[in-house]
Amino acid sequence: MVFLGGQVLPGNVGRAILGPFADQRAVDALNHSLGVDRPLLVQYGSWIWNFLHGDMGTSYVFRAPVAPFVVDALGNSMKLALVAFVLVVPIGILGGVIAALNVNRPLDRIISLGGLSVTVLPEFVTGIILILIFGVWLRWLPIAAAWPKGAGILTQIYYLILPSLPLFLVLFGYIARMARSGMIEALDSDYTRTAVLKGLRWRTVIWRHVLRNALLPTITVIATQTGYLIGGLVVIETLFRYQGIGSLIFTAARGKDFPMLEAGILTIGIVYAVATLIADFLYSVLNPRIRLGAEQ
Amino acid sequence: MSATDSPVSLPPPDTAERSPWGEVLHSLSRSGTFLTGLGIVVFWIVCALFGQHFVPYDPLASDIINALTPPAADHWFGTDQLGRDVFSRVIIGSRDILTVAPLATILATIAGTALGLVIGYFRGIVDDIVSRVLEAFMAIPVVIIALLAIVALGTSKITVIVVIGLSFAPIIARTVRSAVLAERELDYVAAAKLRHEGALHTMFVEILPNVIPPILVETTVRLGYAIFAVATLSFMGFGIQPPSPDWGLSISSNYGMIGGGFWWTVLFDALAIASLVIGVNLVADGVHGAFND
Repeated sequence: MVFLGGQVLPGNVGRAILGPFADQRAVDALNHSLGVDRPLLVQYGSWIWNFLHGDMGTSYVFRAPVAPFVVDALGNSMKLALVAFVLVVPIGILGGVIAALNVNRPLDRIISLGGLSVTVLPEFVTGIILILIFGVWLRWLPIAAAWPKGAGILTQIYYLILPSLPLFLVLFGYIARMARSGMIEALDSDYTRTAVLKGLRWRTVIWRHVLRNALLPTITVIATQTGYLIGGLVVIETLFRYQGIGSLIFTAARGKDFPMLEAGILTIGIVYAVATLIADFLYSVLNPRIRLGAEQ
Repeated sequence: MSATDSPVSLPPPDTAERSPWGEVLHSLSRSGTFLTGLGIVVFWIVCALFGQHFVPYDPLASDIINALTPPAADHWFGTDQLGRDVFSRVIIGSRDILTVAPLATILATIAGTALGLVIGYFRGIVDDIVSRVLEAFMAIPVVIIALLAIVALGTSKITVIVVIGLSFAPIIARTVRSAVLAERELDYVAAAKLRHEGALHTMFVEILPNVIPPILVETTVRLGYAIFAVATLSFMGFGIQPPSPDWGLSISSNYGMIGGGFWWTVLFDALAIASLVIGVNLVADGVHGAFND
């Protein structure tokens, strides 16, 4: 599907690269050397075959193999996503738990409504506002995610805080909402009442009985947000000029660099599938009612 | 229960004889969420329709000598790098997004409703195949689908409308499908079948009016996402094209200078998008509440 979208629709690749004024013979020669004048099925077959062998093709624009670009970019994106996740998962869950323990009181209203409003805003809008506040007015954080060469891990994280904040805000709303409703349900349940009536301390009840049950749906949400996260990365990496997989796709799309574009999008598809798999696995580990392969 | 809650002090029930739709309108008119959202949305619609009559400057007229002046009395929101008045551009900038996003939503609603009715009504193998395809489609982020399609088809307002409309259609189809699944077991559908009404008549004349509420809710929610998507695509350079004063586009052409402290060239556009998106979401929230009380 990715292949069809990238290869068939755009028409003449050589023409797109060389521009409308190029000599027709030059266009034909380029098309031939890129292999795009071969029949479609042949192209598709060799593309899949090569991809499975780690050869993602040759970039039309850089005239160099695509794979190193994609691997580099994926690494960078993972760093950014990791910073965002490390920030948002504990804080989001904490926010949801606090809201649930204060249902319908002002604190709950602030967390729920605030979380919901930042969730619906486009990332570049929150990004711009955050850049203005922390980068331009307060001058606390650098406004571009371009650290000096050879910078240590702490410096890199420092440069990544601002870009990860818009992702943080969007995810915070979802995670807090799920954690909140999970908590409310768990607090209402019979086993919580039993635990309280047993005379356990309130703190123990929350930790041992409520939290564990409340967090299960939250994990599913975190995993399903990977798909969203990838879409968000395209925007965020463009805004902060960060060399990740999102900006790679964006640049490839603008430059009509189809092998790069296809490799980028296929990579994202694989990442998404792996993330979903990990989530299923985590869920089964944490939930004693579902044990994979142990039905009997 | 407090003492003041005695039956005597209860207000008289004011829902005596109202049609279901009157009920919904009544609860909407009392919902603060809905009215706040509606106020914001109506404000931007007025700006889009009549903005050109009250803006102080032509939003496209450049004035290089006065480029990048900070907000002051003669330029309330300052000027951008071409000396264009930011205030006028923000007001008129509502126009394109408020045409493209609603049209995309309408397209998504029509396509999604038709598809959802068909797969929900026939079920069986049609449902299985179409549902799987829709799920695969929904797993890809909209931004990526749009990026691919727009690269392939070129940038124009029509492309943006079609791309966003078609990528939202599966989501609406899913909602309609589950509503139809509940409806098709009811007696009035069985009656229609006994009268030998055709499948088309049963779907569109009998079932459709009864699944309007979930469709309306889903449509208002989708409108919020459509505005989100149009703004994002314009920011990425794949949506509304220059010289439109569109908000996302203005931000993308000005944010490069943000490090120089020219905050007014992007802040007001960002706030405009934020207010419109939040406004539409408040409306959606209100509509959802009114139908589910």
